[in-house]
Amino acid sequence: MIYDFFYNLTGSVIISGTVVALLPLFAFILPFALFAVLLERKVAGHMQDRLGPMRVGYHGILQTVADIIKLIQKEDIIAKDNDKLFFNIAPVLTFAGSYAAFAVIPFSSIFLGADIDLGIFYVIAVTGLVVAGILMAGWASNNKYSLLGAMRSAAQIVSYEIPTILIVLSIVMLTGTMSLYDLSENQTAYFWNWNIFGGPNLDIQKFLLIPFMLIGFIIIYISTLAEVNRTPFDIPEAESELVSGYHTEYSGMKFAMFFLAEYANMFAVSAILVILFFGGYQSPLGYLGNTLNIPWLIPIEQFFWFIFKGIFFVFVQMWLRWTLPRLRVDQLMTASWKYLIPIAFVNLLIIGVISLI
Amino acid sequence: MNYYDIIFYLFAAVTLLSALMVVTNRNIVHSAFYLLFTFFGVAGLYVLLAADFIAIVQLIVYVGGILILLLFGVMLTNKITNVEIKTGTINLVPAVIGIGLFAGALLASVINAPWKINIAEKTFPTTKILGTLLIQEYLLIFELLGIILLIALIGAASIARK
Repeated sequence: MIYDFFYNLTGSVIISGTVVALLPLFAFILPFALFAVLLERKVAGHMQDRLGPMRVGYHGILQTVADIIKLIQKEDIIAKDNDKLFFNIAPVLTFAGSYAAFAVIPFSSIFLGADIDLGIFYVIAVTGLVVAGILMAGWASNNKYSLLGAMRSAAQIVSYEIPTILIVLSIVMLTGTMSLYDLSENQTAYFWNWNIFGGPNLDIQKFLLIPFMLIGFIIIYISTLAEVNRTPFDIPEAESELVSGYHTEYSGMKFAMFFLAEYANMFAVSAILVILFFGGYQSPLGYLGNTLNIPWLIPIEQFFWFIFKGIFFVFVQMWLRWTLPRLRVDQLMTASWKYLIPIAFVNLLIIGVISLI
Repeated sequence: MNYYDIIFYLFAAVTLLSALMVVTNRNIVHSAFYLLFTFFGVAGLYVLLAADFIAIVQLIVYVGGILILLLFGVMLTNKITNVEIKTGTINLVPAVIGIGLFAGALLASVINAPWKINIAEKTFPTTKILGTLLIQEYLLIFELLGIILLIALIGAASIARK
């Protein structure tokens, strides 16, 4: 694992721990956010028959860098009637909640912060901090749009957590492990061993599982989309109603923290989907390192495949954003409580029966 | 003093200070938000005691569930943030007796409890053991707890419909 590598290199618990803790942030989240913001604008542009940002750099590739420089320079405005303490804590709390999930996500078989036994359960638990941060931001802003946005967001995240957990439960029941590392390792190379195709064991059970895995995947995709407040579930920041929801009052780097948390969350839920259903970091077509007999190439390939699959699902999220209209509040709650939860529950029961065969 | 001690004192300080803020703060929304840090600190203490499952359940139930519900309740209640929480001293003698007895009981249990002084050297996952215990030895109690929660749920729904 990567911690042992740094421990052998430096010989200090503190230095190696800090490096491992900061590695996903600097090696992955910040570059990813830079790339994803540009991708989002380019996807939006091309879907609407525009070009998107074109001025800064070749085809606008430096646009987000320029934006970050602008955000750093911006004045940090705190209004007189804001609740100063919580107004300042809220962005940090929100980002901490979404970053904490990255501690257990295995980027490849060696790049993994902590292989804890309760991986997926931990991820679900720490997202609670995001909800608290959003509520705190909305309340401390002392602004009706922010408060409404925060309330909507929290209600939405709490409701859509239930179908997510039910689907996660069915996968945990089937595989018998909650560790994200074990979940990825179980779905060994070649794509027909992935959980979406019924898992690695070749028997009757595998073929019976395929349709229900597909249903489970669709449900969990919809509900994670709602959990990260993306269109068609973006009523917390519906621009035409609420200015921009809970971060209306924020400017400069604090706004950037919310933005970063949103993009980190988008990747985190995509990564969870990839680990649960699409083989985690496993390559779909076998490893070049095995063919050429170069063992050190395998983790790099795994890292590439993990990032590739994750960014693919982030791209699908953006694609949906510019395709679908926004849901109303009542439709949103109906979708979760009257359709997704019952279907997810029946799906859970059926997968349970199949796994007994 | 090793790293675990430092981490322990950090979590203990977070828990105690935020708990103090919860009790002394006059703004009820502030109290609710400080409670978040108390729950978080307690979860950290569970981790140091090698109770991984309990720690995460602490986070998921208290932070993800109860605290959010509490905040919703506080925020949706009309004008609750404007309520001045009255603090004053009345009935001094009975209060001192009650608090004295309670403090004595707490102190006695703190002194007499067999505390685990060393951080667990070797940690192992507890989920499977807990699950086996719940389903085999304490099955009846487990199911009864489930029924009690269901009753509370039905009660809440029927009150809300009126």
